[in-house]
Amino acid sequence: MSKNLDFVKFDKVDKSYDGKVLVVKDLNLDIAEGEFITMLGPSGSGKTTCLMMLAGFETPTNGEIYLDKNPISNIPPHKRGIGMVFQNYALFPHMTVYENLAFPLKVRKFQKDEIDKKVDKALSMVSLSGFENRMPGQLSGGQQQRVAVARSLVFDPQLVLMDEPLGALDKNLRESMQYEIKHIHESIGVTVVYVTHDQSEALTMSNRIAVFNDGKVQQLSSPDKLYEEPVNSFVAEFIGENNTFAGQVTNMSGKECKVKLNDGTEIVANPISVKSNGDKTTVSLRPERALINTKEKMDNNFKGKIEEVIYHGDHTRVRLDLLGNKEFILKVPNSSANMDIKMGNQINVSWNSHDARALDPK
Amino acid sequence: MSSETGKILTTDGIPLEVSLKKAERKNKIKAFLLVAPLLLFLLITYIFPIGDMLMRSVDDKMVTEMLPKTFKSMEKWDGKELPPEEVFESFYLDFQKLVEEKRDGKLSTQLNYTKNGFKSILKKLRRKAKNFEEGNYKEQIMAVHKRWADVEYWRAIQRRAPAYTSQKYLKGIDMYKNEEGKIVSVEEDRRVHRILWLRTLEIAFFVTLLCFLMAYPIAHLLATLPMKYSNLLMICVLLPFWTSLLVRTASWMILLQQQGVVNDFFVMIGLVAEDNRPEMMFNKTGTYVAMTQILLPFMVLPLYSVMKTISPSLMRAGKSLGGTPFVAFWKVYFPLTIPGIGAGCLLVFILAIGYYITPALVGGASGTLISNQIAFHMKSTLDWSFASAMGLMLLAGVLAIYWVYNKLVGVDNIKLG
Repeated sequence: MSKNLDFVKFDKVDKSYDGKVLVVKDLNLDIAEGEFITMLGPSGSGKTTCLMMLAGFETPTNGEIYLDKNPISNIPPHKRGIGMVFQNYALFPHMTVYENLAFPLKVRKFQKDEIDKKVDKALSMVSLSGFENRMPGQLSGGQQQRVAVARSLVFDPQLVLMDEPLGALDKNLRESMQYEIKHIHESIGVTVVYVTHDQSEALTMSNRIAVFNDGKVQQLSSPDKLYEEPVNSFVAEFIGENNTFAGQVTNMSGKECKVKLNDGTEIVANPISVKSNGDKTTVSLRPERALINTKEKMDNNFKGKIEEVIYHGDHTRVRLDLLGNKEFILKVPNSSANMDIKMGNQINVSWNSHDARALDPK
Repeated sequence: MSSETGKILTTDGIPLEVSLKKAERKNKIKAFLLVAPLLLFLLITYIFPIGDMLMRSVDDKMVTEMLPKTFKSMEKWDGKELPPEEVFESFYLDFQKLVEEKRDGKLSTQLNYTKNGFKSILKKLRRKAKNFEEGNYKEQIMAVHKRWADVEYWRAIQRRAPAYTSQKYLKGIDMYKNEEGKIVSVEEDRRVHRILWLRTLEIAFFVTLLCFLMAYPIAHLLATLPMKYSNLLMICVLLPFWTSLLVRTASWMILLQQQGVVNDFFVMIGLVAEDNRPEMMFNKTGTYVAMTQILLPFMVLPLYSVMKTISPSLMRAGKSLGGTPFVAFWKVYFPLTIPGIGAGCLLVFILAIGYYITPALVGGASGTLISNQIAFHMKSTLDWSFASAMGLMLLAGVLAIYWVYNKLVGVDNIKLG
């Protein structure tokens, strides 16, 4: 069976609530069948609006959304057959767990024994068998969350939307639920569109992540690519930790470029979104890609002064004053070789030009 | 572990339980003192008057006190044949005493209530009794009038012996105890109260229904509109509360009368002919319109407070799971508003069932309620015991409705705000 690569397709979608400001601008996004895609972004970036348009609670101002090649803008939510998990679960408080799960089946006129079977299956999938007669109010947050997930899947939709479903859970529960949802997705192969503002959640669960900002998708790629190769400074900043240097390109030469920083030093960087000499740029470098006192040969070597040392158990975070950036962060693995990290010491810091990505200026 | 560990002691050796109780008692006394003024107020202004009403409504001591000896001697009488000489003698003695105190008029009024025809024979007895000789009162009294020889009249007197009576309550539902002591209905053309009770229930029911039908969409709108609009709308809902009830009713009179604004409007748009203006006041229509408007906020507020707590995502969930908007509303939203509906309906129904001013002013003859009848007996006929009886029946009715309601909806489920 060949996979449908544009199972869900946003085609030049605009959305404005008040006719003045576009909250979603010219959105083009293809989602493949069976994919787990996450819309990640700060609040107000338009990601929830996109989800609501897909669910049918908002209509696009311009453009069209296709589900399995059919335009759906004029189809009301209840005919779209899309499962949805809401931010606060939205379990029906006056119905038992069984009745909650049976609701989508009853409105689809399933037979009683078939409903029983499907509800049973869905509940065992989220390991809540035996909770049929509980009211939602008698369940813990995590259990309610699982019921909500089971309810969104019980009628076998091809597409499930999740709107920050783990936002109300505490940290440990959130992590275990992340794996649980991921496993459910893997075992039944449903397409999932997941909205969150929590980047670690997005990185853990998704096949692909769409980073939203300012109504636009900034980057759409797999979690590792997103982290390793951010295409602009917003993504670099938003995903993971990031050291930045502002400067100007002085010497473009194919795969490398020289960037003159504001204090006059020149560093070698990997040109991503700079085109020619004189372009302003922000160079982004992941903290773990810069090494101290290394014997490896690297094309950027500088001296920095240790401003702060924070012990983290498995690693130590070191804040340096390096090339005019007083917020330069280093992650030093906890090993005996790195014992001389003390406040005020001068240390050598080196990195490969390939890891220093010259992106758009902020 | 031994069981001795069960008792925890404080540092000074007193069991912790005892010392905790001691500390709590102080708090309890303080709390009681705080509510004491209100308690006293309620006792004086609420519980005591209701108790007094109850006593008044069943009180029938007047005749009992006027004929003490007669009733005592009647205790042995079986009521089948004429009473023995002993009864006649004590009745004569009681009556003479009343004549001396000039209270015999009251007695004749009271006995006449029980059976017609007492007035004249008592008057006659009073005249003749001056010349009675001692002994053989039976013969002498029976000689006064032939009715005194009729056992029915003696039975009528006997019926007044108990100090308490249910007569007023029976009267409230158009029934009475006939001569055989059976409870029967009055003739059909004299049944006024039953009609009133039924009308009161009917009007209260339909006013509640109308209020519900109108308040539900308003409350929904209030709960879903953005704050700045919903506040304005809320003020519109509450505005009637800030105007006197009398003023509102009076303005309805201006609107609804035959030469009033509404009728003028109907004529203007050609809905009714100038010479055929409908009567919208001094009948049920007037009562319905005015009461519904006045009681509407009592329905809106509980509904609003409940709807406010229902998350909009629930309706969305209902729709996303495949329910049509109607199914989502009916299966998800509506059941969640039931506590508010319950509170609103109970509130409006109970207020409507005892409504007084509005039906009195705009109700006319066909639009008045039981409370207007109670007021009528309080102010015009001065039959306070009857008014009390009807008041208590109303109270009992409301409590009964509350009970049924509790069984059906459950009072714990009610949310007033």
